[in-house]
Amino acid sequence: MIEINGVSLAYDVTNILSDISVTIPKGGVTALIGPNGAGKSSLLALVARLQPLQSGAITMDGLSVASTPGKVLAKKMAILRQDNHLGSRLTVRELVGFGRFPHSRGHLTAEDRKVVDEALMLFDLDDLSGRFLETLSGGQRQRALVAMAYCQDTDYLLLDEPLNNLDMYFARDLMRSLRRIADERGKTIVIVLHDINYAGTFADRILAMRNGRIVADGRPDELITTDMLNTIYGFEIPVTTIDGRPVALPFR
Amino acid sequence: MIVKANRTCLVIAGLVLAILFVASLGVGADQATLADLWQGSGGIDLLAISRLPRTLAAILTGAGLAIAGLIMQAIARNRFVEPATAGTAQSAELGILLVTVAWPAASLGFKTLVASAAALLGTGIFLMTAHRLPPTQPFLVPLFGLVYGGVLGAAATFIAWQADLLQYLAIWSNGDFSGVLRGRYELLWIGAGLVAGAWLVADRLTIMALGREASIGLGIDYERMLQIGLVIIAVISAVTVVVIGIVPFVGLVVPNLVSRLMGDNMRATLPVVALSGAILVLACDILGRLIRFPYEIPVGTVMGVTGAVLFLLMLFRRPAHG
Repeated sequence: MIEINGVSLAYDVTNILSDISVTIPKGGVTALIGPNGAGKSSLLALVARLQPLQSGAITMDGLSVASTPGKVLAKKMAILRQDNHLGSRLTVRELVGFGRFPHSRGHLTAEDRKVVDEALMLFDLDDLSGRFLETLSGGQRQRALVAMAYCQDTDYLLLDEPLNNLDMYFARDLMRSLRRIADERGKTIVIVLHDINYAGTFADRILAMRNGRIVADGRPDELITTDMLNTIYGFEIPVTTIDGRPVALPFR
Repeated sequence: MIVKANRTCLVIAGLVLAILFVASLGVGADQATLADLWQGSGGIDLLAISRLPRTLAAILTGAGLAIAGLIMQAIARNRFVEPATAGTAQSAELGILLVTVAWPAASLGFKTLVASAAALLGTGIFLMTAHRLPPTQPFLVPLFGLVYGGVLGAAATFIAWQADLLQYLAIWSNGDFSGVLRGRYELLWIGAGLVAGAWLVADRLTIMALGREASIGLGIDYERMLQIGLVIIAVISAVTVVVIGIVPFVGLVVPNLVSRLMGDNMRATLPVVALSGAILVLACDILGRLIRFPYEIPVGTVMGVTGAVLFLLMLFRRPAHG
């Protein structure tokens, strides 16, 4: 369970997050949605202790992210950020292998190798495993980074716009893999998404943010309505129902 | 498959260094060949007092500087920086100059300590600034490094001129092995110790090169590793400046060439970088001894030319993909 309590964040005079309190229970897929600049990435970065907390508290299964040693938290949660500028010449297999670092501290055991192989298979990277990252396309690199986070084998997986650069096939494929990991292994997945229809299809719960606050919180069928989307995004989005699921059509 | 190729690189580098090692023992103004050295009684002294220390000094310097460059590039996340041009060596020079002015009788050990502290400070300032520069403009970092190193070097020249120490400064600013004798180079072994230390944290250094957030995500104490890296860079550079003088380009070209061949997984590349640095410096020193035999050209000068050529080759040849 992730408990976020009274968290605010400001740079100079700009408020990024204003007094956010929310609880994300263990298990399932929670989607964070909202317009650009709503504070989604900042919130995720605070949960992942990538930035120091200015006020409030965040705990993960009772462990404070501010004071628990990084080593311990690295076995608890993995984070994928959206701006991944990688200058290193590593092969896909090497990069994914570094996801095992919190467990292996550098020396990969047979068990670690098994997890790496499994991740390479799961994200369709086995053919690319010997390639250097710089030779990959943006989408392939993105998949390698997701595979690395997966390899960390943590209870919590925090993903900031993982669908960036992915084509329709791999975007759907990734969402299905995440859904399966959540269902079969009881992982908790928190994912920032821009496509609300992916959120509607794959998430158990949607948290919507706007101007540094949580403005809506609920099941997909509760949130994906024209009224709610208007509150979140500030414009009229028609919603229709296909196969019993609400589908937003923000195209015209 | 990759592991095997990496091992081949290591074995080849080891063999080349072994050959150069023997060659270096046989080259010097005193025309004693290896055979003479073996038979004559005076030969052993020549070997033990001059040629062996000189050869070891070149190996230690090369390995140390190459590793310092490798670590600096990982921490700065920029392939075009090295301690000799980005202010580390110049800070060390400034430190040793100041201690020489203030306390001329200080021991070599103390001077090295001051030089290390100055190098630490100078490198710290460089990296703090480098981390603030936009990552979308990778050439700003080496450019800033060049200007920064240039300013520090100019300050050192000004102080040396005021204190009438320009000749000393020339010794520190152009690396030269001709003064190396038994008893005068042993500080360089500190560098060997630090290289071994770097090897122990090789995985962490590789992860650091992926950035601060990736490091924290994988549970690495980023600030602590930054400090460790800084100390390794600063002390290796300072010891080299004090004992040998500045040797440019080693820290720049060697890590880059090895990265082209083997990638950036430091657990695999670090030993090859160290060996290749040793090869480059030792080869340049042997060359310096041979070009105008029996006179010598300082290794700093030979390296300036060789390094520049290697660097240009590196820029013009695109990295191998695959």
